Amino acid sequence: MTKSELISQLAQRQPQLAAKDAEYAVKMILDAMTQSLLEGNRIEIRGFGSFGLIYRPPRLGRNPKSGAKVQVPAKHVPHFKAGKDLRERVDETAAERLAETAARG
Amino acid sequence: MTLTKAELADMLFEKVGLNKREAKDMVETFFEEIRHALEASDSVKLSGFGNFQLRDKPQRPGRNPKTGEEIPITARRVVTFHASQKLKALVEQAHGHQDSQG
Repeated sequence: MTKSELISQLAQRQPQLAAKDAEYAVKMILDAMTQSLLEGNRIEIRGFGSFGLIYRPPRLGRNPKSGAKVQVPAKHVPHFKAGKDLRERVDETAAERLAETAARG
Repeated sequence: MTLTKAELADMLFEKVGLNKREAKDMVETFFEEIRHALEASDSVKLSGFGNFQLRDKPQRPGRNPKTGEEIPITARRVVTFHASQKLKALVEQAHGHQDSQG
């Protein structure tokens, strides 16, 4: 699913809105999420997951072509952790495991 | 401050001009449509932000950290997120570390 497919799904769900509203809303949601990460703030969406930044310390890397050592500077990278509902919905075996645990407990 | 669905809905109300009900539904549906696609084994590509993909992980040995008992971690399907080059670059700009040269 691409961003434009997501936009048309959202527009269909709320047909009373102007055609451009779903598109603008998606842009604004993604912009707000990006801005939150840039400010160093976390994003927590119950049942979906959370986004945050992870610190990667500086390390000595190698140029794979020349073999020369290069200093790779410290950086922050975006990270996502799926929430419980999303984890269970994508993994059909999760439901079976839950049933097993319940039967054992 | 942590960003949540409530803040996103407030933002849509204030900046996009949706009413409170529409704003709340829009945010809820936004995440539900992504979950729905992933549940149907479809990856989700949000250009400029990142991609959500599915990975099938094989069973691997694990341990109960409390008891030390060995228990296999069953094979499972998991969601992974890969930030776009654009998002990664913006984050590096905002949180750059110039002091780590050399």
